Amino acid sequence: MEASKVIHAIYTDDDVLMNAVKKVKAARHHIEEIYTPFPVHGLDKAMGLAPTRIAIASFMYGCVGLTVAIVMMNFIMIEDWPQDIGGKPSFSYIENMPAFVPIMFELTVFFAAHLMVITFYLRSRMWPFKKAENPDPRTTDDHFLMEIPVHGNENELTNLLKETGAVEINLIDKTH
Amino acid sequence: MYTFSSKLKSVAIGLMIIGAIGVVIGFVTSNKDFTQVETMLASESHNGEAADHHDANAEDSHATETSHTTEAHAETADHAISDGHGDAHAEVDEHTKHVNHVMHAMHKRPWAALYVAAFFFFMIALGVLAFYAVQYAAQAGWSPLLLRVMEGITAYMLPGALIVLLIAALSHFIGHNSIFVWMDPEVVAHDKLIAGKTGWLNIWGFIIRGLIFIGGWFLYRHFSRKYSIAQDKADDNKNFVKTFRISAAFLVFFLYTESMMSWDWIMSVDPHWFSTLFGWYVLAGMMVCGITVISMVTIYLKSRGYLPKVNDSHIHDLAKFMFGFSIFWTYLWFSQFMLIWYSNIPEEVTYFVTRFQDYQIPFLGMVVMNFVFPFLVLMNSDYKRIPWFVIMAGVIILCGHYIDIFNMIMPATVGDQWSIGIPEISSILLFAGLFIFIVFTALTKHPLEPKRNPFIKESEHFHY
Repeated sequence: MEASKVIHAIYTDDDVLMNAVKKVKAARHHIEEIYTPFPVHGLDKAMGLAPTRIAIASFMYGCVGLTVAIVMMNFIMIEDWPQDIGGKPSFSYIENMPAFVPIMFELTVFFAAHLMVITFYLRSRMWPFKKAENPDPRTTDDHFLMEIPVHGNENELTNLLKETGAVEINLIDKTH
Repeated sequence: MYTFSSKLKSVAIGLMIIGAIGVVIGFVTSNKDFTQVETMLASESHNGEAADHHDANAEDSHATETSHTTEAHAETADHAISDGHGDAHAEVDEHTKHVNHVMHAMHKRPWAALYVAAFFFFMIALGVLAFYAVQYAAQAGWSPLLLRVMEGITAYMLPGALIVLLIAALSHFIGHNSIFVWMDPEVVAHDKLIAGKTGWLNIWGFIIRGLIFIGGWFLYRHFSRKYSIAQDKADDNKNFVKTFRISAAFLVFFLYTESMMSWDWIMSVDPHWFSTLFGWYVLAGMMVCGITVISMVTIYLKSRGYLPKVNDSHIHDLAKFMFGFSIFWTYLWFSQFMLIWYSNIPEEVTYFVTRFQDYQIPFLGMVVMNFVFPFLVLMNSDYKRIPWFVIMAGVIILCGHYIDIFNMIMPATVGDQWSIGIPEISSILLFAGLFIFIVFTALTKHPLEPKRNPFIKESEHFHY
């Protein structure tokens, strides 16, 4: 259930932010989202995010690319019109395989790279003309923002966040 | 301080003794005379195997030396049968030639087996030395904890290199040119191609060049080790800066000499053949083996509790290097193969024709072991942190690269008379024992953790 009210705690230092995340997690509060201007090393671990599976996806896309290359060249060069081109043996795929390896390699890399990037865009919901979801423009420059849903425990949360070194704590009503 | 466990020491000595006995057996049993080889060949052809083999060779237009003789032999035989009054004299000559050829190949086998194994273990130590220099020159922050392990392994470089050069020289002086045909003045006199190369390929030039290469490598190894030890007790970083400088200089020297060494010690077994990227190809193999052995020795020492600060991120980094250099090796192997296969120029393609005909299983099996296996096994990031997994992958990689060297040397020396039997395996055991003995003795000499390396703190906290 999405909370209607959230707290935005703003920090100015990534070290302070990391400690704050650990404290908030230790107090067993759910962190909705964290906005940072740059990747903070170890933040995903501190938040307890599940590791990405994009490398596995990429490996499978690579396999698809390799298959496409093999099937394509087997059909074109061996089955459809097995011409003698400069004495290269076109009786079977394996006999002329070395000549196909550069294409097999390139298509594997092409599929693995491009489909992985597209997967990344889809999964992180990024596309042209997409409305930016930034709650505070300062988080793209030098501020860090932690968003915590409020379930009637406003004061307790505010006190906790003040202790962690937040420079600004705002209560935001999401129901417009 | 590391103490050489008596168990491992006796394993090393045992390997050396078993290996030495096997090598002697190999030399004794290979020493067959003409009539013995003749009867052996005769019994083979009764089985029909030899006859099939001759047919296959005769069909091939890219005739190698072997098939030249056999082809001619087969033609004479056909002629004799069809005409009914064959030229018996010519046939006897061809027969003598063939038997002589097989006999020489058999005599060469223990020499070549010894040389392949000696080169393989020397190559590991030299690869580690190059990797060590790269760590200093690049001022790597992750590796200082492993520098002493590398120094231990490079201790084998000097004896290993001298043994390789000694075997090469002895194969000329007492082995009747068993490994390098260009060392034989008889061959050079009748071979214009080799005669044209005598400016480079002559026995004394070979030995002197070899000694210069070894001298240069040894000097670097000697001084880098000395400064590394001195850095432990110093109160400034002067020794480190000195090592940094000599490492950069060594890497320049190494790239030139490694290339020339690979022409001399490996490519010249086929003096009619040449390839421009051969030096890098050998280099890639040597780097993979070197890094694999670094990770294996590190994992062994860590499992015995001698490297408590080495964590799984260090193992992960080494495994990444094993993975990356395996692919780099494959890239160079394939680049060399594909360019020659594609253009198919007779004088250079014979190199691969002989390998494809007589060495199909090791030639293709090596690609699986050195590329497909490490590629699939070491791709997963989590698996690269599991010690037994890295060890298992390392064993396959090392076996694969032994076969790589085997494929470079054997076709030119023993030809189709190859096998992996007593001479080959006992040579491996002999040098494996020597390698373990020298490396682990060197490891006991100084503390396994450098104390005042400027990057040691970073290395201790390294995590990926």
